[in-house]
Amino acid sequence: MREGTRIGFILLVTPLLLWLTLLIVIPHIDMLLISLRERVGVGEYQFSAANYLTFLQEPLYLWTFLRTAVMSVTATLITLLVAFPVAYYIAKMAKGRVKSLLFLLCLVPFWVSELVRTFGWMILLRETGIVSSLLQYLGLVDGPVEMLYNDAAIMTGLVYTSMLFMVVPLITTLGSLDDAVIEAGYDLGGSGPSILREIIIPHAMPGIVSGCIVVFMLSLGNYLTPTMLGGKDSLWFTELIYSQFIVRFNWELGAAFGFVLLFLSSFIVWAMLRLTGQTLEKTMG
Amino acid sequence: MTPDLECIDLTKRFGDTTAVKEVSFSVPPGSFFSILGPSGCGKTTIMRMIAGFLQPTSGDILIKGKSVLDVAPNKRPVNMVFQHLALFPMMNVADNIGYGLRRAGLPKAEITRKVGEVLDRIGLPGIGHRRVDELSGGQKQRVAIARCMVLEPDVLLLDEPLGALDLKLRERMKIELKALQADFDTTFVYITHDQSEALVMSDQIAVMNNGRFEQMGTARDLYYRPQTPFVAGFVGDSNRWSGRVERAEGDTLELRTENGLLIRGQAHGRALAPGSSAEIFVRPEAVRLSRNEGDLSAFDNRMSCRVTSLLFNAAASRVLVRDAESDGEIEVSLPQSGEFDGLSRGDEVHIGWSGDQANCFPAGAG
Amino acid sequence: MHLRSKKLKLVVSVATFGLLGLTQATSADTLRLLTWGGYAPENVVEMFEKETGHTVEVTKSNNEEMIAKLRATGGGGFDLAQPSQDRIAGPQAEFGIYKPIDLSKIDASQFITSMLEATKGNTTVDGEVYGVPHVWGTSGLVLDTSKAASVKDYTDLCSDDVAGKVSYRLKRPTLIGFAFAMGLDPFAAYGDEAAYTELMEKVEAKLIECKPNVKTYWGGGDELMNLVRSGEVVASMAWDTGGWKLNSDNPDITFVAPASGALGWIDTFVLPAKGKADDAAYAWINFVMQPKVAAMITDAAGNFTASKGADEFVAADLKARYQASFPPEAVDNIKWYPPVPAGLEAIEGGVLDRVKAAN
Repeated sequence: MREGTRIGFILLVTPLLLWLTLLIVIPHIDMLLISLRERVGVGEYQFSAANYLTFLQEPLYLWTFLRTAVMSVTATLITLLVAFPVAYYIAKMAKGRVKSLLFLLCLVPFWVSELVRTFGWMILLRETGIVSSLLQYLGLVDGPVEMLYNDAAIMTGLVYTSMLFMVVPLITTLGSLDDAVIEAGYDLGGSGPSILREIIIPHAMPGIVSGCIVVFMLSLGNYLTPTMLGGKDSLWFTELIYSQFIVRFNWELGAAFGFVLLFLSSFIVWAMLRLTGQTLEKTMG
Repeated sequence: MTPDLECIDLTKRFGDTTAVKEVSFSVPPGSFFSILGPSGCGKTTIMRMIAGFLQPTSGDILIKGKSVLDVAPNKRPVNMVFQHLALFPMMNVADNIGYGLRRAGLPKAEITRKVGEVLDRIGLPGIGHRRVDELSGGQKQRVAIARCMVLEPDVLLLDEPLGALDLKLRERMKIELKALQADFDTTFVYITHDQSEALVMSDQIAVMNNGRFEQMGTARDLYYRPQTPFVAGFVGDSNRWSGRVERAEGDTLELRTENGLLIRGQAHGRALAPGSSAEIFVRPEAVRLSRNEGDLSAFDNRMSCRVTSLLFNAAASRVLVRDAESDGEIEVSLPQSGEFDGLSRGDEVHIGWSGDQANCFPAGAG
Repeated sequence: MHLRSKKLKLVVSVATFGLLGLTQATSADTLRLLTWGGYAPENVVEMFEKETGHTVEVTKSNNEEMIAKLRATGGGGFDLAQPSQDRIAGPQAEFGIYKPIDLSKIDASQFITSMLEATKGNTTVDGEVYGVPHVWGTSGLVLDTSKAASVKDYTDLCSDDVAGKVSYRLKRPTLIGFAFAMGLDPFAAYGDEAAYTELMEKVEAKLIECKPNVKTYWGGGDELMNLVRSGEVVASMAWDTGGWKLNSDNPDITFVAPASGALGWIDTFVLPAKGKADDAAYAWINFVMQPKVAAMITDAAGNFTASKGADEFVAADLKARYQASFPPEAVDNIKWYPPVPAGLEAIEGGVLDRVKAAN
């Protein structure tokens, strides 16, 4: 019996360990080693921190990272603002079939690939696209309007892509809030906004935080959406990594950028948790 | 004196179903009013209408003589203790109790003072900083009441707040609740499906069934003088027979049950002519048990029986006996005076009860 | 280092990960071809499979990705690849991802001799030849002549006439093209890093100045086609074939060789260092260089090949478009890319990054 449990435990843990070591730990160690070497000649390398210094000394790279981080934070906040009422409606107000239907509607966009979704936005927003044509048809604008290739387009794409990852944790936490607690708030004299502020939001905090972490990380690591919707001004950090690896053949700098992204994004998440007085354990539990 | 709460012809329909049908009642100031009924009888609907979470289909609700139909729940001078208490888990005890005061815009110092006072009154001084989930069931109960009482509402509604507690605690909380009500001198409206909660605490009880009030009165009225068969069956336990009236002299009746038993009973003013069918209710505790037939000469219903079963339940112990005449089973309270310590299955005993204690209702009255 | 590279591919691309798996499963007579879209049309693959019994697996890619994929696997995962001739010597010296071509297995008589010799010269590292030519073409300007007649050269893309309706790629051909159009000679500066850096700084300034004119930097051929077809873009730096394809839909749109000269490229055949089906690879090279087959590829890809005598089998309209875009003096003016020395990409990369970041 004890032997059986042991085997069961090993069987359960093995895939996790394999996944962690083979797909996460080993590649990262490898990346770290690559990031710490410098090309000194044809096929010759030496140990050095030059790549990290490049990041710190070149304002362009720092600026790109900063821009990516600020845009991601903004996208996260907008996603939260858009997703919260949606999640609240689904979790608390919709009932039965309407509820499942609405939830399904949130899921549907994720049945097609991110590429197709982004193309969809391009078709909508381009100068000869649907929105522009509609505005002209309605007589709201005189000529074609270009809505692609700017930060607003990137933001739209990011929010759209991230919605589900914010809505799901919010629905879960809001769903666990007893209706009676909200009613008690009203009963004791609370108004809508005060109940939202003092009861609903504190209760939903773990969901808000986990949703925000996921959306922030997804936005920060997104490559397709900023590149395609941002066009000539996209300037996204992952794009830098991609071009170092693929276009410039400069794996060393690319790997260093990868680590910089890893550390800085972890730092931002940590700082946000501290700022909002949340812990990762609370969020997970 | 204006009643604290008055409901007039209150009706609530959900689609085709009518949850509450033309219910009227009034609750005088400072009294403890209970609505007792099985689940689904509409009592929660009434409570939610009073609190303002539901709008009545028709009828009116008056608090201190003023209609509150147009008043939003957060503005009504009514507060509610929820079934699962609905304390705010994200706040500590003091913040929970202070919530309503903060919403009313009281200055901080006054809130602190009032919270401290109410904590003293519920006998839990100094627990303001504790988290809600650190409290015991009884403490939560008291905090939930304090959270409402600190607002000094005209009426406090309680929605089966003892349901989640274990038996011992529930017994204690009954007494405590009653004491708190007397202490705060506030009108309590209490809904429950547990008759003992209602009987112990209430000044007035309304028994509710199928959206209607069956009977309203004191605990003793309901117990001794049930006006409908439903109340007779729902409040307290009863032996129950169906039969036919053989003779009637005023309110005193002689009835023959379906299995041939002759019972003398009381109509208490209900119309029961000879020949009509009736339902007869006799409480187990109204039946006197004796080993000796002579002890029972004062009762007009007497029979000899054999013990078929002993249902031991401490003070509420019962004996099941089978009477020789009709072969029917009757439930009788077992006195705990020591007299029947040796009683065992198969023993021959005698039972008797006064005809006054046999409540008769016209059959099919409910 | 190779072992490390093998692991790193997990991070680089999921596609490569799948390909590693294929390495073990593939038998010798499956030809894994890493090439450009249109270079291995289905009808040609079918003919080849029927004739030789080999099967062909085609993976479509571009120069940078080809090299990145081969670098990630140390030259494994494919049996035949087709990078441009200027991108062979540098990566080979740096990463050792190719193996020498056994010229005795190639039917040299099928090639246009001058082109074969030029490619051999450009792809020689340490005395070994690593590439033979296949498809060649140029990049220049694709214009809607009805709206952008004023554009004669790359630098004209920055004029006010076409403001907001211009596109080009943010890649090295653009840097080179602009340099020539500005009267500079980047190829001459290839050997001198300092001179090249200085030259590129001028190009950078020009491109930043030009940026407000640009609608967007295009990334893929289809994206450009869409932009031009919808009229959102009227002038762009692009490949000749793109212009010719658009010309068949809209006669106003066509490819124009810029005044400073079109940039000529030659895509080659190379053998990845760890390729396992060399015989099939040589068979493929000799098969597709037959004039009739080469013409089929020209029809599919739009570009001409280094196959001798294939021209006469090419569809007449394509020939006509080619001749319209390339009068004899324009052909003479084509600037052929010399091999890129290792290290230039870093200089160009910095320029491209800064242009992208500029406002």
